[in-house]
Amino acid sequence: MPAHLILLVIQRLALGVLLLLASSVLIFAGTQILPGDVAQAVLGQAATPEAIANLREEMGLNEPAVSRYLKWLFGAVQGDFGNALTNGADIGASISKRLGNTLFLALWAAVISVPLAILLGLIAVRFRNRWPDRLISAMSLATISVPEFVIGYIFMFFVAVKLRWVPSVSMINDSMSLMQKLQSIALPVIVLTFVVLAHMMRMTRAAILNVMESPYIETAELKGLSRFAVITRHALPNSIAPIVNVVMLNLAYLVVGVVVVEVIFVYPGMGQYLVDHVAKRDIPVVQAAGLIFASVYILLNMAADIIGIVANPRLRHPK
Amino acid sequence: MTMRIPVSALIGLTMMAFFFCLAVFAPLIAPYGIGEVVGDVWEPMSAKHWLGTDNIGRDLLTRMIYGARTTIFIASAATVLSFTLGTLLALSAVVLGGWVDMALSRFIDLIMTIPTLIFALVVLSVVPTSILILIVLMGLLDTTRVYRLARAVAVDINVMDYVEAARLRGEGTSWIVLREILPNALSPLVAELGLRFIFMVLFISTLSFLGLGVLPPDTDWGAIVKENKEGLVYGIPAALAPAVAIATLAISVNLVADWVLNRTTSLKGGRNA
Repeated sequence: MPAHLILLVIQRLALGVLLLLASSVLIFAGTQILPGDVAQAVLGQAATPEAIANLREEMGLNEPAVSRYLKWLFGAVQGDFGNALTNGADIGASISKRLGNTLFLALWAAVISVPLAILLGLIAVRFRNRWPDRLISAMSLATISVPEFVIGYIFMFFVAVKLRWVPSVSMINDSMSLMQKLQSIALPVIVLTFVVLAHMMRMTRAAILNVMESPYIETAELKGLSRFAVITRHALPNSIAPIVNVVMLNLAYLVVGVVVVEVIFVYPGMGQYLVDHVAKRDIPVVQAAGLIFASVYILLNMAADIIGIVANPRLRHPK
Repeated sequence: MTMRIPVSALIGLTMMAFFFCLAVFAPLIAPYGIGEVVGDVWEPMSAKHWLGTDNIGRDLLTRMIYGARTTIFIASAATVLSFTLGTLLALSAVVLGGWVDMALSRFIDLIMTIPTLIFALVVLSVVPTSILILIVLMGLLDTTRVYRLARAVAVDINVMDYVEAARLRGEGTSWIVLREILPNALSPLVAELGLRFIFMVLFISTLSFLGLGVLPPDTDWGAIVKENKEGLVYGIPAALAPAVAIATLAISVNLVADWVLNRTTSLKGGRNA
């Protein structure tokens, strides 16, 4: 790899670390330095002054915000997120198990949706402005217009309740075999696939069209290369970066879509954990889960950029 | 020139008008009171209750009509907030340039590194939930996207001769923003308005569905899904009614936005159509 390319990648890595830090500041600030007293918000209006004073002490609210932030951040880096306010459980331990479940769900959704989206995107380009393209566009418009939970419940109602093919609730635990787990998560995986498929298809189609309309493709065609050679030698190398970018952006999108889908199917993952504890105003848990979601999102975006840099032929062969 | 409205846009406009009428005239149209228990739990559709009843025996049609009111009100107010703020910030940043532009743009980039829903959940864990707070929170979070679009549009306009002329004749910043750049940036922004509105409808519905948005006694479409979701397991489709309503509203706004977008791109040739 040429030196300037390594430099670009290192720059991007440094920016990623910076963004991670900044997002942790934002998440911390979002819960701590808002107007009003956090202890009051947690306990509600009816709380006695003593209870509030105790909670302030327990949460370390009497220390200045900066030192609390640093303490929290150093703990978080070592996997120590403290204890939940509601039940005193160790947050790190609860999260590690749920994060595994969430990644399991997201992984299978990605395994199905990524090849399918690229294939459909290619079909849309191949039959551009003819009926397959129009059908794909119309379907993606329809899915983009509908919130995730609507798709989820429509599937649950017809597939799980009316047809009884799969259970309507996706319970999962360690004693289940892989096949049992897969059957259990079939419905959420289908819903997640639908949610990201539309975006991914549209973006893949746009990315490939963009490449196919470039002057160098026209040149390659005019100099008499076969259709196959044009695609493998010229179109493909230039499409890798945009397609990988599309995939990564949608995986990041998947991370957020998972929150809603987990709540629909009562799946024991990070999303459900976060939503439950927002309602209970359990701030340490919300901070920890929020930080993990944000980190995964930032890391995926960073990976998209880095792969884009490495795969870009123009950056690999500088003038 | 006669204006021809394509069929798809016409359908979209009709549906939108229908939903907005429901929202505005909700108390006049609704057959029952919003919290009135009028029948059994999850009664099927009948002449008395067109959509049946909900999980505690309230008329579902009434709930849906009031739900339309809350959903559309919150989404509209949040869209207006994000549009006004995002556009003004973006135009000011472009006109002032230098460190103001730099600082604002980097700050917006930073906010956008955290997924909107996650950010909203983090904030909602501390602040008390009320309709006003929801509007402000959603509006502020979406300001980032409006800002990016408006900035991109304004950067192109800022280098036009007429803006330069206004500067040379000594006009102030507010004149340049409001009288020179804003009118010319408006048409691409209006096309985006519809998409932002849909996003707001989906956003508030999702928050309410998660139980973190509109709280009783108020209701909105997301909350109605949440209230009736247990019925689905027993084969009662009450929760699908608001789901269909959200989808219909979103698709009709999309159809209209597509039409506006096509119109404005065809105007970009520079003729005063």
